Amino acid sequence: MTKAPGRIGEEAFSASPTEGTGSLSRRRTLLATGAAGLAAALPRGTSAQQPQRTPPAPDRPRGQVIVGLSQEPTVFNPLMPAIEVDQGVWWNLFSPLWFIDPDGKFVPDLAREIPTVANGGISADGLTWKVRLRPGVKWHDGTPFTAEDVKYTFDLINNTSFRARTRVGHNLLQDITVTAPDEITWRMERAYAPYLSILSLTFIVPKHVLGAASDPNTAPFNTAPVGTGPFRWGSRTPGDNITLTAHTSYHGRGPFLERVVFKYIPDLTVLYTQFRTGQVDYTGIQGISPPFVREARTLRGRTIHLSPTASVESISPNLEFGPLADKQVRQALYMGMNKRAIIDAIYYGLPTPTESFIPRESWAFNPDLPAHRHDPAAANALLDAAGWQRGSDGIRAKNGVRLEFANSTTTGNPVREQAQQLLMQDWRTIGAAMRINNMPAAVIWGEFWQQSRFNSVMVGVNFMLGSDPDVTPRFHSGGIPAKGGRGNNNIQYANPEVDALLVQGATQFDQAARRATYARIQGIIRDDLAILPLFQYAVAEGTKEGLIGYKPNINTSSNCWNIREWYWARAA
Amino acid sequence: MISYLVRRLGQAVLLLLIVSMVGFAILYLAPGGPLSQFAAGTDMSQEDLDRIAEQLGLNRPLPVQYAEWLLRMLTGDWGRSYRDGEPVLYVIGSHLGATLQLMLTATLLAIMIGCWIGILGAIRRYSIFDTLATVGAMVALSIPTFWFGLVAIYVFSVELEWLPSGNRETVGDGSLLDLLRHLILPASVLALVETAIWSRFMRSSMLDVVNQDYIRTARAKGLPEWQVLAGHAMRNAALPMITVVGLQLPTLLGGALVTETVFTWPGMGRLFLDSISYRDYPVVMGILMFSATMVLVGSLLADMLYAVADPRIRLG
Repeated sequence: MTKAPGRIGEEAFSASPTEGTGSLSRRRTLLATGAAGLAAALPRGTSAQQPQRTPPAPDRPRGQVIVGLSQEPTVFNPLMPAIEVDQGVWWNLFSPLWFIDPDGKFVPDLAREIPTVANGGISADGLTWKVRLRPGVKWHDGTPFTAEDVKYTFDLINNTSFRARTRVGHNLLQDITVTAPDEITWRMERAYAPYLSILSLTFIVPKHVLGAASDPNTAPFNTAPVGTGPFRWGSRTPGDNITLTAHTSYHGRGPFLERVVFKYIPDLTVLYTQFRTGQVDYTGIQGISPPFVREARTLRGRTIHLSPTASVESISPNLEFGPLADKQVRQALYMGMNKRAIIDAIYYGLPTPTESFIPRESWAFNPDLPAHRHDPAAANALLDAAGWQRGSDGIRAKNGVRLEFANSTTTGNPVREQAQQLLMQDWRTIGAAMRINNMPAAVIWGEFWQQSRFNSVMVGVNFMLGSDPDVTPRFHSGGIPAKGGRGNNNIQYANPEVDALLVQGATQFDQAARRATYARIQGIIRDDLAILPLFQYAVAEGTKEGLIGYKPNINTSSNCWNIREWYWARAA
Repeated sequence: MISYLVRRLGQAVLLLLIVSMVGFAILYLAPGGPLSQFAAGTDMSQEDLDRIAEQLGLNRPLPVQYAEWLLRMLTGDWGRSYRDGEPVLYVIGSHLGATLQLMLTATLLAIMIGCWIGILGAIRRYSIFDTLATVGAMVALSIPTFWFGLVAIYVFSVELEWLPSGNRETVGDGSLLDLLRHLILPASVLALVETAIWSRFMRSSMLDVVNQDYIRTARAKGLPEWQVLAGHAMRNAALPMITVVGLQLPTLLGGALVTETVFTWPGMGRLFLDSISYRDYPVVMGILMFSATMVLVGSLLADMLYAVADPRIRLG
């Protein structure tokens, strides 16, 4: 259905090749490294990449990969509340009906094909859906997968006593019917285009296992899950690691590894050290901290990949708070910030500046938004013209309201704290006083954020709904929790035109029409400066050389999405 | 003795009740909550967050939540972790082994080396050895553990490549040799500071004893010096150490937060920190009650051991 404008913007940096530790023992590793000895003898900083053919995948699963994570995966029921790091494990245990590849293309997984209006899978009015399922798929315990499992999954999500992560989209389902063991149909309460994308991140759970539990919230399945994914549950050492083993009856390509170990290493410095010393084969999720990236690129036998993510860093103002409610103030603040300096000096040039809340890899990204320019003189002139007069202390005020506000972010993030200090200096020159008021994560994202009690926050948010550009929960005026809304519009943005466009975009099934709708939404939000966009994140992830198959995917929640296709060069 | 024990146990129960009330109130009244982690960066809407808060019972009045928690505790149900859904006792138990392994090794090392240094320092007071031991102890106590840990990793793991830079074991190996290799660095780093503490305690205690009249008497009787020290001085000097051992018990089980973090050791210290960060109330309360119990047990054991070791003390 969708096609991204180009391949995902991955950059890879490699110093010189050595062998990875895909095997289970150090001795086997040492024996295997002989072939790479010549390459390893190259001086540091030398690129030894030669045009060479990628070795074919092994004929059976071999070796293991240790994935280093700075957060601990703890939620293994893929329908329950979780964070990104949990989803990295889900991709290997479970399967969705379809997923979205790095090029933005929908690829059938448990489904036989992607339902579209053209192939009759979705009715012209978008209300009736029919999905045909792939035959021969088995759960890890050998039980055949059927349409009953899909129906059970939908029913469970909508079960009021079940702690489902989110029901967005699923709550529109009606008349879910299993028409054959490999076919399911349903009706939607109203047409809802983002549902196709939502389903790409909805993993199907087994009815015969979870349905047998008296309470799905505390079922044994939640700590020893059974899926249809490429790896089966192995073991978990709480606070330390999770081990998955190859599911040899997997219905798709792979797996080529015998074992995947998700290793929890809470400190990013220690995570990098273990990657450097070879105890970790891949640094996932938060990857390598920006200060270490330059050195990491010189490491022998390691490859550093710079992969964009869908998260956009911004200054999110509370649009109902004093001076920040004034659009001209926001415009002046935006012109007054030296965005480039923040990116280059603090983030080592890794992220990409952006004007939109949509990642540039998305088909819906609007490339024609006005570019930010750092112009303190123009900012000062704008504030002067708007009646914000400087006081004796240099801080502006208008009608008794001082141009003064707090900015908050999570404590313990030195990179963001430095960015805040730069902003504070930048804005001081235009007569705006910013105070830093940081808090622990559990505090700042509680009532303070949810009930819009902040002045402004510095935050990285993935605004997309799955990989769909529908931002209704984030920008529709009906989604302001502080005013009784049920969405995530914590900045309290309200624009009737955007409201109408959001409703329109969610019901359009033609991508060209949708692109136009979301381009307009991005234009309005950029003009209103509902958020002051800084940059689109790019994470530096490291892999050991010899590890083949790593492919970042901005359309999934984790780059662990395709470990099934990973293998070691020497195992081939 | 029995009446003493009963009285102490009664006091302990009362103390635990007070600790639970204060701990529960502070924890639940603190801003934020277990759902905060989902509020900013995930696809969960406010509707989802409110619904789950309702399902978890987080919206009910604090006294009601406390009463329910207490009643469950009294029946042996410590609740389930909000993070992974596992029973709290299982969560604590699954981290206790790693902590015991690390802390016992470090403490044994520290006691053996520290007491030896302390005794020798006291006997040869103001000697070069004593001066070096005193300076060494001050340096060890002044160095932040995380710094020493990072230096140890840099030297022995990154540069020399002799020892692993962290973790409790190599996944898929788990042999005794592998466990020992992983244990050396964190246990040594932790033992360094503890050795300094033990050596200072022992030196001070030994100095008190060696100047007592009965030591002079023993020497005057013509006993060999080793017999004076082993038979008279050390036994008496060890008495105050019993208190230290008793107070160390909760520390042994509570884990070493910094060392566990630097060396990615999956122990109680890290569990406590993670649980606080995620506002995993049931686990935090479980650890609090467990630690409080250990403090009371340790203190009780120390008192009883005192009576056993020193015939002058009678409990009652």
